[in-house]
Amino acid sequence: MTLDIAPGELVALLGPSGSGKTTLLRVIAGLSSPSRGRVLFNGEDATSLRVQDRRVGFVFQNYALFKHMRVADNIAYGLRVRPWRARPPRAEIDARVAELLSFVQLDGLGERYPAQLSGGQRQRVALARALAIEPRVLLLDEPFGALDARVRKDLRRWLREIHKRTRLTTVFVTHDQDEAMDLADRVVVLNKGRIEQVGTPGELYDRPASPFVISFVGEAVALPVSVTNGHVTFGDREIHIDTLGLRNGPARVFFRPADIAIAPSGEGELEGRIENLRRTPSGVRATIAIDGYDQTLEIDSSIEAAATFGDRVPLTLARARIFPAEPPRFPDFADVGAGI
Amino acid sequence: MSDLSAPIVTRAPTPRVGLRLVTQDPPLARYAFIAVAVLFLALFLFAPLAIVFTEAFAKGAAKFAETFEDPDAQAAIWLTLLTASITIPSNLIFGLSAAWSIAKFSFPGKSLLITLIDLPFSVSPVVAGLTYMLVFGAQGLFGEWLAAHGIEIVFAVPGIVLATIFVTFPFVARELIPLMQEQGTVEEEAALTLGASGLRTFLTVTLPNIKWGLLYGVLLCNARAMGEFGAVSVVSGHIRGLTNTIPLQVEILYNEYNNVAAFSLAVLLASLALVTLGLKTFLEWRHAGELAGRVGRH
Repeated sequence: MTLDIAPGELVALLGPSGSGKTTLLRVIAGLSSPSRGRVLFNGEDATSLRVQDRRVGFVFQNYALFKHMRVADNIAYGLRVRPWRARPPRAEIDARVAELLSFVQLDGLGERYPAQLSGGQRQRVALARALAIEPRVLLLDEPFGALDARVRKDLRRWLREIHKRTRLTTVFVTHDQDEAMDLADRVVVLNKGRIEQVGTPGELYDRPASPFVISFVGEAVALPVSVTNGHVTFGDREIHIDTLGLRNGPARVFFRPADIAIAPSGEGELEGRIENLRRTPSGVRATIAIDGYDQTLEIDSSIEAAATFGDRVPLTLARARIFPAEPPRFPDFADVGAGI
Repeated sequence: MSDLSAPIVTRAPTPRVGLRLVTQDPPLARYAFIAVAVLFLALFLFAPLAIVFTEAFAKGAAKFAETFEDPDAQAAIWLTLLTASITIPSNLIFGLSAAWSIAKFSFPGKSLLITLIDLPFSVSPVVAGLTYMLVFGAQGLFGEWLAAHGIEIVFAVPGIVLATIFVTFPFVARELIPLMQEQGTVEEEAALTLGASGLRTFLTVTLPNIKWGLLYGVLLCNARAMGEFGAVSVVSGHIRGLTNTIPLQVEILYNEYNNVAAFSLAVLLASLALVTLGLKTFLEWRHAGELAGRVGRH
């Protein structure tokens, strides 16, 4: 895999557990060494550089704060361990710690021990500690994984703020697609150790490169179809979609629940049976079973349209993508590495 | 010296007003259990300890003090201190490296190493002493070679030190392995990403995290090193003033019906045990506070 990250970018590594996202992050940091491939920082080879010399700010999943040290000492650690000549004088270190404490909004908590802080506060100490060494890149491993939903939302906004102010190249790992899409400039979707797609959230939503991406990034329905000479058929119905030069044979049409609607004209590509109809604040939500498909869909509709609903409704697809039934095997790329 | 390696942690049950838990025994049974425990302790622990002290001072404090003027006794004390002062640093280094490698890396034969560390606990000290005889003794494996080069191991100080190291080597390692395994390597990784060298990481992150466990292991190791009888008895040869440690000297004096001297030296050993016990309790108390702080104040 080859991955280029531009300076100042906020990039998310998104994937299910075991997809290799944390491994990739650790390789960038130098905590794991790749068996093949290279890591470049600003075009210069950092593969053989030791962790200590890479100047990466790493925020660990469970923060890995030094629990026997006060918060201020945790933050100062990276400055104090510098070799004698590069070490700033004590007063300067103290000033930097105070500055960082207020930067992460923890003024006055420098004397506390990590055990005396809440999860969100610890997260911020970990970030301040990583920022203290003025890193070239900031790497965060599941930064919000261990927090409850509300703190998570707050910290998400706050991290975006931090990124805006520091303009640090930032890479974070997450398995939560909402988080990735919400925060990142670009998202790297990983699956089984491979990059499935790299793109902005918009690109991932609008032009997913593989069945994995479309089903991992948001909800998707897959209809088994067959392709014959440029025509796509689902059962005995034809679906009007560009086959993108697909060869004859079985394929799958993917669409998002939001992209299917009840056809106002009465003419639809698909037909379904309404199983349930419920009111929502703005209209109705119908649970519909598509003929020939074993799962149900939820479709939102207006109250006016719902008035004409019978038991059976015609459905039309606004947007869909087609992929061959068996995902093709991509050639194995020899160059495993990330360029920053 | 009794084996102090299993710490006893007591937890008070949460008091509940007006409710009796099913697991709570009726008062009579409770008092009976407490009485049995106290009686047992009194009979097997406090009584012998009291006898050691009364026997030592049976003929007055002057006689007690006289024991320590005997050059043989002084030699025994000196040898015991020497043995402990060699044993503890070597087992400290061994224990640290064993615990480090077991807790922080995975390698083939790891479980075998863990089993081997426990070996001195499962093998009788006498057997351990005898194996040293077979290896280093005059008729032993290296006996002739050692004799030819004028190196004395058995019936000399090196043998005593080796036997003591063997018997006490699990203490530090056993104390540290679970502690280090629980802590993992993530704090060390954090220190490395912040630019700390390996040694610096060890000194500022690893060591502070294990210091209480380490100290505790060293205390136990020390207590055992000074009190070891079986293995040392086999390799020492009981040469007065030369190869007798305190426990061996106590035995000799006792066999000569020199009760005051025997028990006076025994008081020294018992005091050591009491000090160790006191320190251990103090450390556990400190430890408990630290642990409670870590878990309780989230």
